[in-house]
Amino acid sequence: MGVEQKRGLVLDEKLLFELSDPGRVGYRLAPLDVPPVLPSEDLLRDELSGFPEVSEVDVVRHYTRLSTWNYGVDSGFYPLGSCTMKYNPKINEKTARLPGFADLHPRTPDTLCQGALRLMFDLQQALAEVSGFPLVTLQPAAGAQGEFAGMLMIRAYHEARGEQRTKVLIPDTAHGTNPASAALCGYDVVPIASEGCLSAAVVAAAMSEDVAGLMITNPNTLGLYEKEIVEICRIVHQQGGLVYCDGANLNALMGISRPGDIGIDVMHFNLHKTFSTPHGGGGPGAGPVGVVDALAPFLPVPLVVKEAEGYRLSDDRPQSIGRVKGFAGHFGILVRAYTYILAMGGDGLRRATELAVLNANYVRARLESVYDLPYKERSLHEVVFSEGHLSNGCHTLDVAKRLIDYGFHPPTIYFPLVVKGALMIEPTESESKQVLDEFCDALLTIAQEAEDAPQLLKQAPVRAKVKRLDETMAARKPKLRWEK
Amino acid sequence: MDFPEEYKYTEDHEWVSLEGDIVTVGITDFAQDQLGDVVFVELPEVGDELQSGKPFGVVESVKAVSDVYAPVSGEVIEVNEVLPDDPETINQSPYDDGWMLKVRVVDPAVVENLMTATDYQTFVEG
Amino acid sequence: MRYLPHTEQDIQQMLDTIGVPEIDDLFSGVPVDCRLPRPLEMAAGCSESEQLSLLAEYAQNNAPVSTWDSFLGAGAYNHFIPAVVDHLVSRSEFYTAYTPYQPEISQGTLQAVYEFQTMICQLTGMDIANASMYDGASACAEAVLLALRCGRNRNRILLSRGLHPQWRETVRTYCRYLQVEIEELSIDPGCTTDLSLLEKALDDRVAAVVVGYPNYLGRIEPLDAIAERVHHSGARLVAAVAEPLALGLLKSPGELGADVVVGEGQSFGLPLSYGGPGIGFFAVKKADMRALPGRLVGETSDQDGARGYVLTLATREQHIRRERATSNICSNQGMCTLMVSIYLALHGKQGLRELAGQNYAKADYARRRIAELEGYSIIDGTVFNEFVVRCPQSPGQLLEKLQSQRILGGVALTDDYPELEDGLLICVTEQNSRTQIDRLISALAGGC
Repeated sequence: MGVEQKRGLVLDEKLLFELSDPGRVGYRLAPLDVPPVLPSEDLLRDELSGFPEVSEVDVVRHYTRLSTWNYGVDSGFYPLGSCTMKYNPKINEKTARLPGFADLHPRTPDTLCQGALRLMFDLQQALAEVSGFPLVTLQPAAGAQGEFAGMLMIRAYHEARGEQRTKVLIPDTAHGTNPASAALCGYDVVPIASEGCLSAAVVAAAMSEDVAGLMITNPNTLGLYEKEIVEICRIVHQQGGLVYCDGANLNALMGISRPGDIGIDVMHFNLHKTFSTPHGGGGPGAGPVGVVDALAPFLPVPLVVKEAEGYRLSDDRPQSIGRVKGFAGHFGILVRAYTYILAMGGDGLRRATELAVLNANYVRARLESVYDLPYKERSLHEVVFSEGHLSNGCHTLDVAKRLIDYGFHPPTIYFPLVVKGALMIEPTESESKQVLDEFCDALLTIAQEAEDAPQLLKQAPVRAKVKRLDETMAARKPKLRWEK
Repeated sequence: MDFPEEYKYTEDHEWVSLEGDIVTVGITDFAQDQLGDVVFVELPEVGDELQSGKPFGVVESVKAVSDVYAPVSGEVIEVNEVLPDDPETINQSPYDDGWMLKVRVVDPAVVENLMTATDYQTFVEG
Repeated sequence: MRYLPHTEQDIQQMLDTIGVPEIDDLFSGVPVDCRLPRPLEMAAGCSESEQLSLLAEYAQNNAPVSTWDSFLGAGAYNHFIPAVVDHLVSRSEFYTAYTPYQPEISQGTLQAVYEFQTMICQLTGMDIANASMYDGASACAEAVLLALRCGRNRNRILLSRGLHPQWRETVRTYCRYLQVEIEELSIDPGCTTDLSLLEKALDDRVAAVVVGYPNYLGRIEPLDAIAERVHHSGARLVAAVAEPLALGLLKSPGELGADVVVGEGQSFGLPLSYGGPGIGFFAVKKADMRALPGRLVGETSDQDGARGYVLTLATREQHIRRERATSNICSNQGMCTLMVSIYLALHGKQGLRELAGQNYAKADYARRRIAELEGYSIIDGTVFNEFVVRCPQSPGQLLEKLQSQRILGGVALTDDYPELEDGLLICVTEQNSRTQIDRLISALAGGC
């Protein structure tokens, strides 16, 4: 394969504001069927200066052109580590748009939205079965908000027992959201070192009665199962602490291992990762949280419950941490995730996990003789290489940019922080051997290019809409909006 | 890499120069090189009291944030007004135009305890 | 399985390359006592047609605003969504992408967000807007956190009781363990923030005062008068906008002196979808730029000097600053920013004003008519498209009677506002025809 084969037409497009022409419109309202009145003049604004004035055709063409400058899972392979960029089934989009769901107002009385509540209840049950936690809240808007809710519950639990614990242990491989969420709960973060996996001895040494809990990611961000997890949970529990699990990597575990069975007390799900809802160019996702019984009283409100007379949104929970957002959650995302679960079934979910792990290990096997692999334990759903093997001053960033020229979305780079120049590849189960081979061939070619013709990496990408962008200038002289 | 003889250095990669009871503080050539293109500098206000070893400001590149620690205790009497608008000055001239602040030091003798240029060079290269 | 491309032959070849005999061997790193010894107890997977018919059955068991007459508002608004919105967000180059970490192949998302930020600034009258937050409630809570960060040594927060009750609850949740004193400011008989109580409550420890604009009860708060008092004490004024369509008609919060403007953007092209996903917007003045939570897109140029966009000022964020980040948020509502942008572009300068005008006129019509009914009364003062009606019987019972006529009559205020226990919050938008409004009025007139 060659870079030269990939060509296409890229149309330029101005900003909406630059396309505007005074008096042009892209709408027509139904005629007003009541007397026209306006509020008093002193309340009225001046005209919306600079606001778009474009036709419907302008708008359609504008966003269609913009879309062609993007790369999505539907464009090609998107091995972004830790993000589980699996295929987003189209039926999910259709079910979320059923009028009975899409046109349902959140303040509709419970008796008139039994279908929506039943779906939420059934999703709670399905997530409970996959994770091993007896109770699940669907309220949090995203993984980070789920983490926040989970850590609030941990704090509420300790306070209800009259304990003022002040610290939270977080391994150095954790996502940045972990310390940020703990800090939002008023905790001091104590970073702990891991060597590939977290050792029980390190946790034991850091653990004290001042520690509210441990935040762990399993499998961790190196794609490794935390093999001492049972012992680690026991140590934390022995000193009265609780264990939070970042569920970002649940795609490696479905039907294999359930966090709720091994000593974890609370975990968030990322429905946009594990359960196939689209990443949406940055969101919306959904971050349900599963908990053990001891944390149940503190779950956020509202919670969907099933009673003899039907389903109900319950907010009568006196020890609850409260609500973390408006209404009951990202319902439209919940519909998509439940649609996916219906398609897969229990066996299908396990199969997805198996093939995701197969894919990661295959990529690893094809690349590890050339790319430097700092942690050699058996990988699960993702594999992390370092930049140790690169020659001629090429870095991971250059490899990533060169991959764009070969038609692939780059993997996650420079995370986790414990690996120098990390290149974190998560293929997911959606990719065939054929796609993985093309990707591995490209990475092997790039490693060779680094030796023979490093400028190809340094100048990359040359085939995208734009070349490398000046991020320094963007940060030094921020220009964050268009102005006339 | 530049390590001017006339300055003293800290393990947090600041340089210090003393005149009377006034010290001038900045970050070293090594520090600016490690950080990459500086895009933002946050400085204390004139009149703030610094405590030795505590952070007094922040230097940011596109993808990193570094605290800057006070090498001495004392009162801030002047800050480099150029830096907020032209943070790249730190990259271009860490020891001259890129100075960060001037402090009236409580005990000038503590400056003597900081590293010499040779010691600092060994520290970063060792 | 239709989403899984592997053939048996592929699998065998891959296992050979890896050097293990079975897929199970790939899980050798999972300790035996951590394994699930049984299959998941869930239904078997099903076909697309089965999925659709099952979910259609769930969906039918709801009362959507498309087949009921709805006067529900209270933070989620039934507005018409032009076909173009759904058509364009269905471009999967947009919705199957992730956060634009690689700007060279994400210029579509990035330019769209830059335009979104610009339009939010124009609407709110502010200098800088971020790439969006989860929803209005969490944006409101993050605005309070911003005020606490920026207002050194100030740890009191005043929330007007005119602010959406769920937003107030969310602020309390976010501040639960941050040693913050949160107080609520009563509303006056006209259902706007009581200015004399505000004056008394303000001191040099107040970091922020948060008011709704329009507020939860539909009233237009006198933001300029509030801003003057708030600024006198050195605090920040946060204007929280649940129905942003009002900004098509009303003076912008920025113009009236707000320091932070947050809100819910669902009205602009997002389906109600039982309350989510919505989209929070967040705008500030220049001085608070580096205290902003969330993602920001900025303009720059590439190596050839071509204009392009990147995520910028990332050092505020969790992946770099970790526990000292301005927020733990690590996403925005990407797809929803796009829907809002498309909606706003279609309506444009004229359309937004005309549409806001229609909402105002329809609500005004309904309100006048209801005020004429025996036993019902309204609260004086300007509203946008929502208003409080005081009822001759329990609002809860009244709503049940309306439901028997397939009318979702509004939201009872009894639980959230004991001071308005006979209050019913009614919302009227361009989606409510005069016929629908008249039907509501005759139902109310007949005691339902």
